[in-house]
Amino acid sequence: MAPTNPLGIDLDHYEWGFRDPEKYVFKARKGLDREIVEMISSMKGEPEWMRAFRLHSLEHFFRRPLPTWGADLTQIDFNDIYYYLKPTDGKGHTWEDVPEGIKRTFDRLGIPEAEKKYLAGVGAQYESESVYHNLKEEWEKLGVIFLDTDSALREHPDIVREYLGTVVPPEDNKLAALNSAVWSGGSFIYVPAGVKVDIPLQAYFRINAEKAGQFERTMIICEPGSYVHYVEGCTAPIYTTDLLHSAVVEIIVKEGARCRYTTIQNWSTNTYNLVTKRAVAYRDATMEWVDGNIGSKVTMKYPSVYMVEPGAKAEILSVVFAGKGQYQDPGAKVVHAAPHTQSSVVSKSIAKDGGRAGYRGLVKVYPGAVGSKCAVRCDALILDDRSRSDTYPYMEIDEMDASVTHEATVSKVSDEQLFYLMSRGIRADEAMNMIVRGFIEPIVKELPLEYAVELNRLIAMEMEGSVG
Amino acid sequence: MADLDIRDLHVQVEEKVILKGVNLQLSAGEIHAIMGPNGSGKSTLANVLMGNPFYQVTSGEVFYKGEDLLAMAPDERARKGLFIAFQYPVSITGVTMASFLRAAVSARRGYKQELMPVSEFQKLLRSKIEALKIDPEVPGRYVNDGFSGGEKKRAEILQMALLEPQIAFMDETDSGLDIDSVKVVADSILRMYDEARGGMGVLVITHYSRILQFLRPHHVHIMYDGRIVVSGGPELAEELEQHGYEGIRQQFEVVASEVQEEGAVRRAGKVFWVVH
Repeated sequence: MAPTNPLGIDLDHYEWGFRDPEKYVFKARKGLDREIVEMISSMKGEPEWMRAFRLHSLEHFFRRPLPTWGADLTQIDFNDIYYYLKPTDGKGHTWEDVPEGIKRTFDRLGIPEAEKKYLAGVGAQYESESVYHNLKEEWEKLGVIFLDTDSALREHPDIVREYLGTVVPPEDNKLAALNSAVWSGGSFIYVPAGVKVDIPLQAYFRINAEKAGQFERTMIICEPGSYVHYVEGCTAPIYTTDLLHSAVVEIIVKEGARCRYTTIQNWSTNTYNLVTKRAVAYRDATMEWVDGNIGSKVTMKYPSVYMVEPGAKAEILSVVFAGKGQYQDPGAKVVHAAPHTQSSVVSKSIAKDGGRAGYRGLVKVYPGAVGSKCAVRCDALILDDRSRSDTYPYMEIDEMDASVTHEATVSKVSDEQLFYLMSRGIRADEAMNMIVRGFIEPIVKELPLEYAVELNRLIAMEMEGSVG
Repeated sequence: MADLDIRDLHVQVEEKVILKGVNLQLSAGEIHAIMGPNGSGKSTLANVLMGNPFYQVTSGEVFYKGEDLLAMAPDERARKGLFIAFQYPVSITGVTMASFLRAAVSARRGYKQELMPVSEFQKLLRSKIEALKIDPEVPGRYVNDGFSGGEKKRAEILQMALLEPQIAFMDETDSGLDIDSVKVVADSILRMYDEARGGMGVLVITHYSRILQFLRPHHVHIMYDGRIVVSGGPELAEELEQHGYEGIRQQFEVVASEVQEEGAVRRAGKVFWVVH
């Protein structure tokens, strides 16, 4: 079946564009109004405060205009989307419990293999509900909570209520309001004081039903002195109409704790990926975002760190690839709101086949944030004359005693480099691949091994046919 | 027919004509040297033979083992056994020498989809690194990134040792090295040459005669203004050594201008120079 293709995107080359027949226990009607939101809340059996939170958020969503900067979002029809799908009854706790159709999807994504080797816990979001969650016993003993957010709301309502919306309030932006109104699933991680989770916690997200929005809500709370590395990889199958993915991620990193959040995003190239990711870092805490964006039609995502107490640190690494028909507008936001806070932002963007990739960032240093340091580096690699790279580095520096540096480079793959590699027998396409891999290597080396391999493989796929 | 047969090669960059009819025959088992002043076209010749797209061949032919070399892409030339040690190797950040070398050796050895197995490659790499006394840290560094001049030259030699070419062009591999380093490089080239047992030809491009004292080329050619004006044996290099480069420049010019008219075997000093 050849899907109609209004964007002219080469769907045949989207490796994971398979789809399983839909099997849902419950599928809400399309559209967005109070009734839908109340139904979502009551289907989930949520407490009254959550229902109120959703309805309050929905009102704000209706009032708030779409952002007028960045990509054009006016093509999104918010009334033509299913906001809630519940794929199966209950959740599997072991691989055997997971339904066959869903297993097949995961098999094709290689999840069980990955789990055997590396995964400590898998939270795999299939549509709006997590179907599979597994957490290594030793961490349960340590008091680490790793659940889908719906379960967390049932099992640990007090913690959820304490932190939900404190980092990204519903009023933050229109898409955050939307997520707050209709959220489903996502990961919830709580790491008690002093506990260091030394193997990354991972979750796969996947959209499978046409016109199903994915509105997961992820929260990570790192108590003082703790450490956790959370990894999410996203793939979505191909559909003919635009999909919307709008997540909210809230992270609290308390004194001396460290949190790393790694994303490889490979949404199909008809997905709008509009995500609000933000962390608050307290005294001497460290927050690290590692963000890879390969897929999607439009990505607007600006991982942020608010450094609110002295000694807090932020590191944001971003790699983005924009091919044909893609507009990648990622970036970073670092807010220095306390003395002696430090941040570092490294962004690498690659544009090809008319794609548009860039960096949009904000560095904010508040008065009194003395001795703060911020270094931003943006490198763009443009592979042909039809593609485009934009850099928008906003800086608001209101403290004299602060050091802020910004470096930006834009380069093309040089003929000298290509000739050098080819003069050693390496074919033109592989030579080009090698140069691109080298370009993003500073980010890739920060990824867990299997993600590094996957990212390199995805880039290699995107690069196919790039050398005439 | 020689393995590499260059016939009346004319080359230009944009509007500037650089090679004005070069003829040269070179076979495996032979060591040739091309000397000449700066700007005479020596490096251009080596780059054109390797397929550098920066240069345009406007006329002439080059055959490699009877095949049309100029129709081949650089990577194909390399896989068929040609090699160039660059005068100014470019750096490629983010790509480790080890992964680059593995890809190169795999291509040269005819691996198609996969690469040479890691263990086999590592063993090979280690043996060459030891033999050439190269810093064992080099494979972990990015390609030529932050290398000193000498390190770059030695890295080129390492690549040559790994790729085992049939014809190697050494583009001013001796320049910028002190005399001890020149000897080390020359010894490495000679060892490869000996180990190839007649299977490797070398074309050394140099501005100075000192590397030739170690290499003892079978044939020495002098390039001037885009042409090889004289060819001879190793004694030609000695001649240059004695008279100095500037000292015989005028003689070149005399010979070159006479060549236009006659073309002959000429006597210059004690040496018979074959004038092309």
